[in-house]
Amino acid sequence: MIREKETTLYLGPQHPGITGNMMIKLKVQGDTVVSATTHVGYLHRAFEKLIERRNWLNAFTLLCRFCVPEPDPMELTYARAVEELDNREVPERAKYIRVIVMELARLQSFLLWYAGQAGSGGLYTMGQWSVGDRNYVLDLFEDLTGGRIYHMYIWPGGVRRDLPDGWTDKVLKTMDYLENRQKDYNQLMFDNTVFQKRAKGVGIIPKDKAVEWGVVGPPLRGTGIKSDVRIDEPYEIYDKLDFVVPTFEGGDIWARAMVRQEEFRQSISIIRQAIEKMPKGEYYNKVPNPMKWIVPEGQAWAKTESVRGEIGFYVASNGTNKPYRVHAKGAAYTHGVTVLEKVLPGQNIADVSFIMNSLGVCPPEIER
Amino acid sequence: MSFIDLKGLLQPLGALKQIGKKPHTIRFPYEKKDASDNYRGLHYNEINDCIGCGNCSTICPNAAIDMIDLLEVEGNAGDSGLRPRIDNGRCCWCALCVDVCPTGSLNLTKDYIYVTDDPNSFLWMPGVDNKEEGKDLISYTSDTTTSLSMYDRVPMRELEGKERVKSFAEVVLGYTEDEARAEAERCISCGLCTEACPEHMHIPEYINAIARGEDEDAVKIIYDNNPLPEMCGKVCTRRCEDVCALQVRGDAVAIRWLKRYATETAPTVEAIKEVVNPVIEEPNGLTVGIIGAGPAGLTAGYYLALKGYDVTIYEAQAHAGGMVMYGIPKYRFPLDSIDKQIEYMESIGVKINYNTRVGKDISFDDIYKNFDAVFIGIGLQKPWNIGIKNEDVPGVIPAIEYLKIINSGGSYDVGKKVAVIGGGNVAIDGARVSARFGAEVTILYRRRVKDMPADWEEIEGAEDEGVHIIPQAIPTRIIKNEKGRVKGIEYVMAKMLTQEGGGRPRPVAIEGSETIYECDTVIGAIGQQADFTWLPEKYKESVLIERGKIQVNNDRQTGDPKIFAGGDAVKFGNADAISAIADGFSAMKGIDKLLLKKK
Repeated sequence: MIREKETTLYLGPQHPGITGNMMIKLKVQGDTVVSATTHVGYLHRAFEKLIERRNWLNAFTLLCRFCVPEPDPMELTYARAVEELDNREVPERAKYIRVIVMELARLQSFLLWYAGQAGSGGLYTMGQWSVGDRNYVLDLFEDLTGGRIYHMYIWPGGVRRDLPDGWTDKVLKTMDYLENRQKDYNQLMFDNTVFQKRAKGVGIIPKDKAVEWGVVGPPLRGTGIKSDVRIDEPYEIYDKLDFVVPTFEGGDIWARAMVRQEEFRQSISIIRQAIEKMPKGEYYNKVPNPMKWIVPEGQAWAKTESVRGEIGFYVASNGTNKPYRVHAKGAAYTHGVTVLEKVLPGQNIADVSFIMNSLGVCPPEIER
Repeated sequence: MSFIDLKGLLQPLGALKQIGKKPHTIRFPYEKKDASDNYRGLHYNEINDCIGCGNCSTICPNAAIDMIDLLEVEGNAGDSGLRPRIDNGRCCWCALCVDVCPTGSLNLTKDYIYVTDDPNSFLWMPGVDNKEEGKDLISYTSDTTTSLSMYDRVPMRELEGKERVKSFAEVVLGYTEDEARAEAERCISCGLCTEACPEHMHIPEYINAIARGEDEDAVKIIYDNNPLPEMCGKVCTRRCEDVCALQVRGDAVAIRWLKRYATETAPTVEAIKEVVNPVIEEPNGLTVGIIGAGPAGLTAGYYLALKGYDVTIYEAQAHAGGMVMYGIPKYRFPLDSIDKQIEYMESIGVKINYNTRVGKDISFDDIYKNFDAVFIGIGLQKPWNIGIKNEDVPGVIPAIEYLKIINSGGSYDVGKKVAVIGGGNVAIDGARVSARFGAEVTILYRRRVKDMPADWEEIEGAEDEGVHIIPQAIPTRIIKNEKGRVKGIEYVMAKMLTQEGGGRPRPVAIEGSETIYECDTVIGAIGQQADFTWLPEKYKESVLIERGKIQVNNDRQTGDPKIFAGGDAVKFGNADAISAIADGFSAMKGIDKLLLKKK
């Protein structure tokens, strides 16, 4: 056997796959990865520091920019941490609206993930379809919040505006449409031999290592471990809704894709249930004048299940009108910095960005 | 199982069935994408509704909003004349500016396309640069429920109307600590109030201190340019609240009550001294004589004393405070409140000679000779005549004389029924005092209730106490009985005639509408004038008096460089205490400037 020479390759920092600006230093022999070192720091915008100079409400315009595909979980997690500090009650209706927004966010994020996952495997039509369908979800956000990507809608005390007239009907129609589209997606992606061949047995996270490595979200559930904040520590009104947390054995890209495929259906079901059960009433427990709003001294930790897994916010107040410290810890940090280094050795170079996409690596969220 | 899953390979070809279907995408610009009714696009500002408070600029997390002086808009009371300019290169369309806009003038529109190769043109003024197209495209707005501004005032606790008329106990009970904090929190610190206050008090600063829970700081800030805050906290005419940014769509911040709350945290003279901790400069050997211990004289005296001047005030009455002491009923401003303020001033070194009427007990010449500078703050002491038949009969009394008798501890029998003529604060005071003596009181006012110059809270208070107001009633004559006393008053009803050129509507008598109101006392409250009989003729050449008011420059200096004047009796006078305080403060600066060379 001819020993091939070890070469060093740099993947990134320009968007490896479509997940954002970071760089992976790969040592390869032939087209097999021998070792991988992740380098981040290309996207650092000092969000956490900037928030310390803004008042409690101002902060949420930065929070949503932590990660483009899923701004809403950031808003919600921060809002819940601040509410805990301030002992602020959230009206029941606002909780339902928040859950609907969260699940819509999950849907649009999955649709973007379809595009990324399929696209990095060379299946470009899928991306065009799912991004096109994502726009229907963004239309719903536009009607509700006034913004398509960055909603800045969930804030401490509830949500910013009540639902517009006829909005829920439009949501239900869109849900029906997306449900019907599942067939097409399956045809194009999940039942596609090309995709299956590339996904099965690739990028395996061993079940016995997953928790130790700090894997969360669909990648963790893809190893067969049932873990979801919505079930484990229910927040808002998730405990009043009927849904399952899908798990799949294998720990490879295929397993993660299957988990997401099922979660997509579950989200549609959650939205339908929430719309049906939503009570009338207040949507916002108004905070005082935002310029003078003082949150009592203390610290709080809140976590939610974002699309890519558990995300937590640590918020500390020293009793002034600005946060003393806000720290976010999301899925991308472990997945993108450490798990990648462990999973990549032994894989084909062509699969690197395929694996990144399946892990939900979002560099802007790594560098808050 | 075959090596190649043929079905799986052919599956994606199913996508071919989509060929020929209508695409999901929109072919811009042939097809338009309309934004939703809630869309957060480019800004639009209703320039005429905007008051330039700058709240949008304060909240903006990206510092994308500057307040720019717009030449088309003239600044006046309640409008800074500034308008927001957006840097669209910085804006993140979070619309917080819309949600904190107290007037609701700032909105976002459905307009989202703006293409330019000139980075400087990202800066533009909404409502000016997109005047034509912006208005029809308004989408994201805020109303009083969705706005983040806090429009509802924390209500002030008061005595019940029935309870009040039994005594002269103070009607307003004051804010508790929690109430004051909550009220102070509403303030958006725009500073329009500071501009409107004749004395330009540091209003946002002391309200912020109260909101932060630093009451001592608040008191210190207040005493910086107002030595009579307890008085202002209770009876100020509060022009500040008229221009408060929140009053456009809701209730103004209760600035007066917050000041009152702050002063209540220093309830004794010792407490005031400890909190304010005034720095008194070394005596500089210069002397200032002040005529009249009203708000103007006291203010000038206090700050001059702090600057090391030897200040002597001459007061004709037995008590300091001027019109505030003798003109304002004690249920609004209790005696111990005045006493405390005067005592504090005297402890600083202000000397007050009571019962010393200039022109009688001491001549003006003496004062002029003995002092390095003289300040005149005599106020308006002589009531105008009502100008109707029989007004000299017993039972007809000018309101200020009536109030003076009552406030000095005397008594005056108003009988069972009282008619008050006028619509100002003095008229209301006269009416409410009479109500406290058990009389049935009716106010006759020539215009409508909404035209009344009196404070709305005073009008409401009077009505709560059972005072009856007859608007559009012009008194024509007083009817006397066989003993020569008042028996009643005759008045005619008036209709309001709109003035050409937009002046305020003029009342015109309706013929044949004469009505007689039987009463025992008629109280006239139609204004006062200054009395200058004590001023020797030789000074009147330099101390110019026009239309009954002393003419002064901005330093409150008269034609005679040594003589300064302030308060109601000078041309700046708005006939309220805060204007008098402002005059006293300005005169202090003027006197200091004059005497600087002598120091």
